[in-house]
Amino acid sequence: MRWFAEWLDSHAWSTALHESLHMYPIVESTHVLSLMIFVGTLFIVDFRLMGIAFRNMPVSELTSRILPWTTLGFVVIVSTGLMLFYAIPVRTYHSIWFRFKVVLIVAAGINAWLFHRRMKKKPVVWNDDPVPPLHVRASAAASVLVWSGVIICGRMIAYNWFDCDKQQPGWVQFLAGCVPEDLIH
Amino acid sequence: MSLYDIFDALERGPIGEAIRNSHWLFPVIEAFHLIGLVVLGGAVLVVDLRLLGLGLTRQSIARVTNAAKPVLYCGIAMMFGTGIPLALSEMIKLYYNRSFWVKVTALAVVLIFTFTVKHPLIRRENTNRLVLFLIGLISMTLWFTVAGSGRWIGFSS
Repeated sequence: MRWFAEWLDSHAWSTALHESLHMYPIVESTHVLSLMIFVGTLFIVDFRLMGIAFRNMPVSELTSRILPWTTLGFVVIVSTGLMLFYAIPVRTYHSIWFRFKVVLIVAAGINAWLFHRRMKKKPVVWNDDPVPPLHVRASAAASVLVWSGVIICGRMIAYNWFDCDKQQPGWVQFLAGCVPEDLIH
Repeated sequence: MSLYDIFDALERGPIGEAIRNSHWLFPVIEAFHLIGLVVLGGAVLVVDLRLLGLGLTRQSIARVTNAAKPVLYCGIAMMFGTGIPLALSEMIKLYYNRSFWVKVTALAVVLIFTFTVKHPLIRRENTNRLVLFLIGLISMTLWFTVAGSGRWIGFSS
């Protein structure tokens, strides 16, 4: 994977995006604004599934009318996220925060997949219930927690406490996959 | 006492001092500010999309607005609860930061607009549909301005 990050880093466009006075902040801001659309609408659906908001509306209405906006936000946030990775590939690849973030995104994806699979298998008899069954509430709460974790890790990528170019404890070097030649003496 | 003196005094206060003296306090509060953004953004978007004739169109505008209110208040509380400490830690930088002034101005306008124009007109049952559409458009534009200029505070120095 390191070679892939280095290959991206060798692109002139990667450097251009990273060093651009306006493009990098614009892409970064779009990433944050699409976060508001993506996770914002997702949380509305999760809050309904947890039985803490929008209780007087059928669950199916929120999933069918709100989740398309979540998907739209997802497309924008993934596109801008890939551009941000492309701009700073090697450092990001070795960032433990980025690595935690990817793990949490995969976990959130599995949680969502399991939920939708169960929804399809069994008829949803709780569509109009103000408070859905426990397993539904648990799944929605897990979604809120894991996505919040994604946001926290994402924000932390900007900070260089655990970067490989500094002397790091063994566990950080292991998690970050540091290679010795990156250390600046 | 000038505005600058007030900002200076606030920056020297105990909260600003504590955040500046910590390596991780600012980043952690900042991360929770983003989670608040998401909660607030979701509550604003469902209502504004509905005003634009999108999203939860099978429910009345008043119903969607009322259902979103607890989430909206929760989001606003999270944003002020995290945003004020963040600001207190760097008041002088903010004083000279144009994005900050754009943000607080847009924020003041959108809060006044929400509680004196948007919510009362939604409560009134006979409000013109075009007016409601425009309210949704204005509200969404203002909130995106707040969020965008807020992010930009960190880029402009």
